[in-house]
Amino acid sequence: MTTLTINGKMIEAPGGTILEVSQANGIRIPTLCHHPALAPKGACRVCLVEVKGSRVLQPACTFPISEGMEVQTESPKVRAARKFVLELLLSDHPKDCMTCEMCGNCELQDLIYEYGVKETPFVGEQHEYPLDDRDPFIIRDMEKCIRCRRCIRACDEIQAVNAITMINRGFRSKVATSFDTRLQDSNCVFCGQCISVCPTGALTEKDSHGLGRAWQTTKVTTTCPYCGVGCNFDLNVRDGKVVKVTSHWNNPVNKGALCVKGRFGWQFLHSPDRLTKPLMKSSLWKERKGTEGAPSRYEGFVETDWETALDAVAEGLLTAKSEDGPDAVGILASAKCTNEENYLIQKLARREIGTNNVDHCARL
Amino acid sequence: MSGLGTSFGSGAMTNSIEDLAKAKAFFIIGSNTTEQHPVIGAGVKRAVRGGAKLIVADPRRIELARMATLHLMQRPGSDIALLNGLCHVIIREGLYDKAFVADRTEGFEEMKTTVEKYTPAYVSEITGVPADDIQAAARCYATSKPAAILYSMGITQHACGHATVMAIANLAMLCGNLGVEGGGVNPLRGQNNVQGSCDMGALPDVFPGYQKVADPVLRAKMEKAWGKTLSDKPGLTVVEMMNAAHTGKLKAMYIMGENPLVTDPDLHHVEEALKRLDFLVIQDIFFTETAALADVILPAAAFAEKDGTFSNTERRVQLVRKAVEPPGEAKPDWQIISAIARRLDEDKESWEYDSPAAIMAEAAAITPQYAGISHKRLENGGIQWPCPSADHPGTKILHVGKFSRGLGKFMAVESIPPAELPDAEYPLTLTTGRRLQHYHSGSMTHQVAGLNTLLPEERMEIHPADAEPLGLADGDMASITSRRGQVKARVHLTDRIKPGVVFMTFHFPETAVNLLTIAALDPVAKIPEYKVAAVRVTRVGS
Repeated sequence: MTTLTINGKMIEAPGGTILEVSQANGIRIPTLCHHPALAPKGACRVCLVEVKGSRVLQPACTFPISEGMEVQTESPKVRAARKFVLELLLSDHPKDCMTCEMCGNCELQDLIYEYGVKETPFVGEQHEYPLDDRDPFIIRDMEKCIRCRRCIRACDEIQAVNAITMINRGFRSKVATSFDTRLQDSNCVFCGQCISVCPTGALTEKDSHGLGRAWQTTKVTTTCPYCGVGCNFDLNVRDGKVVKVTSHWNNPVNKGALCVKGRFGWQFLHSPDRLTKPLMKSSLWKERKGTEGAPSRYEGFVETDWETALDAVAEGLLTAKSEDGPDAVGILASAKCTNEENYLIQKLARREIGTNNVDHCARL
Repeated sequence: MSGLGTSFGSGAMTNSIEDLAKAKAFFIIGSNTTEQHPVIGAGVKRAVRGGAKLIVADPRRIELARMATLHLMQRPGSDIALLNGLCHVIIREGLYDKAFVADRTEGFEEMKTTVEKYTPAYVSEITGVPADDIQAAARCYATSKPAAILYSMGITQHACGHATVMAIANLAMLCGNLGVEGGGVNPLRGQNNVQGSCDMGALPDVFPGYQKVADPVLRAKMEKAWGKTLSDKPGLTVVEMMNAAHTGKLKAMYIMGENPLVTDPDLHHVEEALKRLDFLVIQDIFFTETAALADVILPAAAFAEKDGTFSNTERRVQLVRKAVEPPGEAKPDWQIISAIARRLDEDKESWEYDSPAAIMAEAAAITPQYAGISHKRLENGGIQWPCPSADHPGTKILHVGKFSRGLGKFMAVESIPPAELPDAEYPLTLTTGRRLQHYHSGSMTHQVAGLNTLLPEERMEIHPADAEPLGLADGDMASITSRRGQVKARVHLTDRIKPGVVFMTFHFPETAVNLLTIAALDPVAKIPEYKVAAVRVTRVGS
């Protein structure tokens, strides 16, 4: 065990960085380039702390603790240094929080607010980049990029794709694909891990723009409906509609990672093509009711009510059973439905119809 | 799954997604992991970057093949020969785990005798893989411990799929890679809840928990639980049901959340079969191709509109939570099924469930693997079955110390050629699969504009050496014909596919590749051979 003091408080820890030890002991140190799912980088200098005996301030996210170390995380010197870093960042950042998609969920905005940065004393050239909305799913607003490299690191460390990197040098440096192409012309797989770690509005979900900000939505953690990996994610819901999918970091299956379908493939939920009423073949309706019935948008089908539809289903199944025996009925369950629903439908087949003719697409 | 059941006594992924990171080597066969199971695929890439070895066996140079230590481009349908060849080399060179084989398995001698003739030279002839690569792959797998085998439908969707899975199990047992972290035989399940559907008995031969309907003791237990006499006769599988509908033996079908008129093999046959039914009920979230043939269509709720559980490929049962209301009058499937059942049964009360949690409580009571699982426990995170009691933490790795069936069983299997081989009339081999951007019949993903932008249409992959004599250039339209049907598709010339083989997906109903596929079934697993069909390709237009 290593013994050190942070803000005068004696702490014992097995090891780690100043940031890790502080967080484990309930001491908050602001960060921007740090992300729990990524390896520490020490790029933004917002987590600077005072270490006694050290000539300069040290980044808490990369600085390892040592025996007898004395750390100050909130000294005037530290706070002034952080404010300086924030003023520099603000000097080259649009002040359009009013319309920004990430307003209220922006780590830069929160720190600017916390450190009371009203105006930046630094005036100079500002980046001017056109909004890049040429790709599906991902909007890139490079004027809002603070060069923390979280996106680059996520693309490398989580997804192992390396579609994006830092190009150019100095003021002209910028996060881009090689040759600064559209993402769809690179090896990008549109997993959106870059968006999930971006601390500002530089990378946002295109299909969610304008549909609701963080405080207007509620998050419901659930399991992805696509492949068998079973990733967890958060459905972001506003006014009864899903408006976005965001990473759910604390689960052993995917640890926040998602693929293009899981993160961006939710819009089928609110498609105008969803079935919203029971339907019956027009001829069957006429046979049962003697009328033409209420027309539907589907040729050959009329809209019906649940009672009529369910009665017809029960009669249809029972007729086959009584005329040709239970094995004249076949039932297909679904790997898209829940365990509970699969349990019920096989119980219906076996207990009510009396057949084992129940299967699903496991083989297909 | 039936293959692993025979070899190990339990047909499920033996290890966990999390412990794949601990593998020193991966052998990936019949799985395009980065496109079909992208999050697991990324995990494999991370492990390989961290130093793990990777052997990929696939007729296409899939993304993982680019970073592989070895890429074996075997002919579709020659997997058993390849696997037997690997076992042959490992036994011949004495690289196998002798203690594991002696203590934990049976049937070794018989398997050894069978693989004796599968020399690298002989296997090379069948598979088209160079003999040196077969030896190198065998040595790599056998000398890296632990080593994980990953496979998917590329293995199972063959008329010999059941036997191929047993050949995989042989290889893993031979090297003692079972019951250890970072090892195992890991079938990656295709659909979000295909594992759970199987667990819950949505299969023609078993009740929930893989309890055989033909077993009188197990049947008596279920009859007691459900209070009715039950049939002892195993039922029909999907493809068999379509055949029975075709011959008029099956009169009525109730299909929930499936679209067989896109996803099943030999679609002309399926369409005719469904049309011959007296009565067809479809329960779905969209008006699918299959729905157009229905008598009654019931509108169902999607995953975000209901509570319940899905079981993932690593046997982890996880909560699905309702976030929004279903559209219009659509209802959750569990409510619809109950409402139908109440009309079929005088005992209406037995079909009154106030929540999916209550249904799980009933299912868990009769499903041994789920006995300790309840929605309340799952609130704190998923649980991997087997979970035999309420205080059991779940099982991360199967077969630790002992196989489900006691001793692991080596099964001597011979190479079986595909049901349909290319010939003069149909000279190319069609194999099918999935791509990253779309999913199955596309009824969900085609609703997402961005996914359609990224992948707007089907493009058949063909090797330039095969395309040239046909006069096909990249982007040309081609007509693809098998003994069962014909489709048109744009071609993509690429050397990432093996010469003699063409590749298509089944994501686009307008390019219904399953018009071409063959419904030849594995005799045990009853899985159709989607991965091999003989086709002829011609250029469309002048």
